[in-house]
Amino acid sequence: MNTRYTLPELPYAFNALEPYIDAKTMEIHHGKHHQAYVNNLNAALEKHPGLFETPLENLLGNLDSIPEDIRTVVRNNGGGHLNHSMFWKIIGPGMGGAPAGLLHDDLVRAFGSFENFVAEFEKAAAARFGSGWAWLSVDAQGKLVVHSTANQDSPLMEGLTPIFGLDVWEHAYYLSYQNRRADYIKAFWKVVDWNQVSANYTGALDAIKSGCEDAYSGPAFRKVS
Amino acid sequence: MSITLPDLPYGRDALEPYISARTLEFHHGKHHQAYVTNLVKLIAGTEMENMALEDIVRKCAGDTSKAGIFNNAAQVWNHTFYWNCMKKNGGGRPSGRLMKKIEDSFGGFDKFVEEMKNAAATQFGSGWAWLVLDGDRVGIEKTSNADNPLAHGRRALLTIDVWEHAYYLDYQNRRPDYIAAFFEKLVNWDYVESLM
Repeated sequence: MNTRYTLPELPYAFNALEPYIDAKTMEIHHGKHHQAYVNNLNAALEKHPGLFETPLENLLGNLDSIPEDIRTVVRNNGGGHLNHSMFWKIIGPGMGGAPAGLLHDDLVRAFGSFENFVAEFEKAAAARFGSGWAWLSVDAQGKLVVHSTANQDSPLMEGLTPIFGLDVWEHAYYLSYQNRRADYIKAFWKVVDWNQVSANYTGALDAIKSGCEDAYSGPAFRKVS
Repeated sequence: MSITLPDLPYGRDALEPYISARTLEFHHGKHHQAYVTNLVKLIAGTEMENMALEDIVRKCAGDTSKAGIFNNAAQVWNHTFYWNCMKKNGGGRPSGRLMKKIEDSFGGFDKFVEEMKNAAATQFGSGWAWLVLDGDRVGIEKTSNADNPLAHGRRALLTIDVWEHAYYLDYQNRRPDYIAAFFEKLVNWDYVESLM
């Protein structure tokens, strides 16, 4: 079936994010973990193939619309697919620094300063007990919020549009950092692609402004297939 | 009664090659230690300071205002229990009363292993799989993050840790290989039987 989900290619080499994220971690994270989410998602949707026509974002934004027999599998593996698809795009080699323009200004407005935002995000990432993600999302009013979710839960499940996320499952960092999650969180800032995050932010705001109910049709998600 | 990190009941390299010394170094020396350190800090100066660990776990279970204490207390307990559930040259089968209970409850030892392996493999995200005593029978549970049978008034007989930190250095994404090694080479059935 041509509508099955596929693993997106990494937009850079496995070793491109060294020394912050090592090549072996990237290879397993992308090629094994993300691939498994894609496979499990497809296998679940095969039981209700009509759902291949519904954008994954809509399914996760309305879990009750998913038949009960596959709801948890789609929540976990659809979330895993969507979260990782965004994650690969908001990091890259030779990145880091700070955002500019509108995103910078709005982060300062929302958190007092860019440094305050960083501190709040780091706190959310460190405090997530067990597996999960830390997020910068946009709420229905267009306000920037920092939060975290458990396991592979998507911010879409809470009516929030993610524009930036950090994977704090141990598989994201254990080979390089073991128990030192805080060091991984610090290193993450060196690989953030703020241009992509800014584009995600503009896309989310545009969707809200145009009254589009699918506030997640921004560039962050367009390439998810 | 003060909460401290118990020694491993064997050397760090005792479970090689199924669980590496490096894994145990981090798992016991860093993760388990951190839960102990956090818990001691969180209960200092409170009514829980001198309570037994099991009582702290039971007291805070289901109380969202005490989630931090519960998570650390339960993880201290879970890890101590997990270390005891393994030994060098473990694996095999239980005997006597426990074997009879397993056969009565699951229809055979192999069926029990299959079911507990499945629980451990399908626990999504961090967590644990358990064999618990349930009246006259034994049953299987899986729990998320720090949660455990103690918190639900049941008695644990055996556990396997499926947080990724338990196996990632040795098995990476291959959780089923770690689970298989646990049952075939590591389970300390003498300990499990001693709990009956």
